[in-house]
Amino acid sequence: MSPEPASPAAYLEAPSRPKRTRFQEFWRLFRRNRMALAGLAVFALFFVMAVIGLALTSGSRPLLDPARVRLPEKLLPPLSTPHHPLLAPGEEPVLGVYLCGTDDLGRDVFARMLQGAWVSLTVGFVAVGISVAIGIVMGGLAGFYGQRRIRLEQLLVTAVLLAGAGILAAGRRPLGAAVLIIGHAWLFWSISPWGLRRRRALPAGLGFLRRDTLMVDTLIMRFVDIMLCFPSFFLILTVVALLPASIYTIMIVIGLTSWEGTARFVRAEFLALREQDFVAAARALGVSNLRIIFRHMVPNAVAPVLVSATIGIASAILTEAGLSFLGFGVPPPHATWGNILSDGKRFIFDAPWLTFIPGAAILIVVLSFNLFGEGLRDILNPRSRERN
Amino acid sequence: MSANPINTQQEVVLSVEGLKVYFRSEDEVARAVDGVDFEVRRRETVCLVGESGCGKTVSALALLGLIPRPPGEIAGGRVRFCGENLLNCSEDALQAVRGRRIGMVFQEPQTSLNPVFTIGAQIAEPLRIHLALPEPAIRERSLQLLADVGIESPEQRLADYPHQLSGGQRQRVMIAMALACDPELIIADEPTTALDVTVQAQILRLINRLQKAHAMSVLYITHDLGVVSQIADRVYVMYAGVIVETGAAEPLLRSPRHPYTRALLESLPSRRKRGLRLYSIPGTVPHPAYKPAGCPFHPRCPLAVADCRSRFPGMCAFEGGHAARCPVAAGRTDWRRS
Repeated sequence: MSPEPASPAAYLEAPSRPKRTRFQEFWRLFRRNRMALAGLAVFALFFVMAVIGLALTSGSRPLLDPARVRLPEKLLPPLSTPHHPLLAPGEEPVLGVYLCGTDDLGRDVFARMLQGAWVSLTVGFVAVGISVAIGIVMGGLAGFYGQRRIRLEQLLVTAVLLAGAGILAAGRRPLGAAVLIIGHAWLFWSISPWGLRRRRALPAGLGFLRRDTLMVDTLIMRFVDIMLCFPSFFLILTVVALLPASIYTIMIVIGLTSWEGTARFVRAEFLALREQDFVAAARALGVSNLRIIFRHMVPNAVAPVLVSATIGIASAILTEAGLSFLGFGVPPPHATWGNILSDGKRFIFDAPWLTFIPGAAILIVVLSFNLFGEGLRDILNPRSRERN
Repeated sequence: MSANPINTQQEVVLSVEGLKVYFRSEDEVARAVDGVDFEVRRRETVCLVGESGCGKTVSALALLGLIPRPPGEIAGGRVRFCGENLLNCSEDALQAVRGRRIGMVFQEPQTSLNPVFTIGAQIAEPLRIHLALPEPAIRERSLQLLADVGIESPEQRLADYPHQLSGGQRQRVMIAMALACDPELIIADEPTTALDVTVQAQILRLINRLQKAHAMSVLYITHDLGVVSQIADRVYVMYAGVIVETGAAEPLLRSPRHPYTRALLESLPSRRKRGLRLYSIPGTVPHPAYKPAGCPFHPRCPLAVADCRSRFPGMCAFEGGHAARCPVAAGRTDWRRS
């Protein structure tokens, strides 16, 4: 058999191609979208301001103290200078001017806005991080393992565990703990090798435990539908009213109530990806299911997730501002855009800047995230890319 | 490229016995693979030939445990690979065999590579999973593999994405991935169907060369008898989920016994038949859920007799290991190619 010749065909096979990396290509397309670019710029500015704001407003002796009360200086309009004789030493604003004016307690609104920017930023990112993580896992399970059926036994174990947790929460500690321990023991038995081996030899009367019930897909996606039925803002409001008010509670609650969209996107992508040849090829290479899901499929499904996450940050910021406005958000001494707005609404005619400044900030940041998200969607979706 | 003489002394690497794969739906059972037997010996190239939908690909996927269940199910049979029955293996044990000891090359090089990863990352995947090599060794081995499958300037290709490669190059990459862990057997499922004829010839030469160099066995699935004549040592012809004829490639193609094989060869264009209307087999392949009773080929068979309609034909031996599932042809040994 002749060795394979280093034929001209080999040269012909080498494609002539633009030497652009994915990121360069992405950036080239992104630059053309003016609105998205503006969104990105505002987002970057917001990010920098929030980080600088955190540095300037926190600590025991912050440079800009958002909590410093100067009653003689209350309700000063923006850009007014302080009346030095009235202030105790150390009370003067560092900048020598109230950039955004002062509120009804004479607090520097600029400092409060900076403090609030950090709250908005962290709430936006952490809440969306939580919701994306849950959404990817739930959507991935529904898309990849959706056709599998849940056995009655598994449903019963879940029910026992939930009942145990409920009893525990209701204050019946010994009973609740006992039920939880039984539930866990059952769970471990059913997934242990010992239990798996015994499965075939299950007593006849208990055979019904292995009966198939719902499909995984049905269970997860109907749960998503149920979650979407609740008006989410009121759901969050209810939960937040019952829990101790703190910024972490708000992040977690927003995250736990906003993953449904991501789950749907990921499931839809996974249903399509699962049938792709490269998934079959990965399986034929001996790649495990978990690795196929997270290494091979998730990177192919991130485009819509990224877009919905960007827009999700905007809506998380808006939700947080709404909660703070209603007084269910971050507790008062700490400034957030929502509670600055809320405090200012009583003086809307006397001191309009107290409502205008946080309102405009919320508007601009939310708008910039939305524009950026839409720009991403246009670029990441090859069909709309052709128009550019 | 002539076929090698068959060495019957060689150890059997893969043997499939009575494999049945059924697909169940609401109200019917599609018997895609309905009792298939074949074996692959060491260093041998075995071709599984048949029309689309006759169960070739399903057989190959089933022996690696890649049939989606449900709706598919293995309804019976054994798959012995180096003494182990793969059908009884756990999923973990199968994962250790796939890619490590049995490599697979798929039909569509266009879509079999993950579009979001570089070639380098994808070739590294089997090395990382099965061999747990350190990173520098992975890179070195990847370069070696790309060079082995005849890819120019492998250094640069490692950083390329699949869309930057041509179809032929992508199929070479797929072959490199299948070869990565030095498997004992490569299953190639119509690897050249999506490629044009010149690239096909290169890929066939490549597979042949690599098989010699790595002392592998190859199970080559195709519908193209031209390909079979170029690479096969032995051939199994499949029809409607069963093997209808088997034997060494050269005698089988020269004097086919089963009327189906004969009809397939008839329907190839050749210089001898220039100007004549090309033969085509009347009728269509039976639906796998509604196969005729008796011999599955009898409605389309020119030799069919009354018994063919009611009795499932057994394998009838001919000289030199050649066998065909057709007692009628066996009784008429004087029958020749027209």
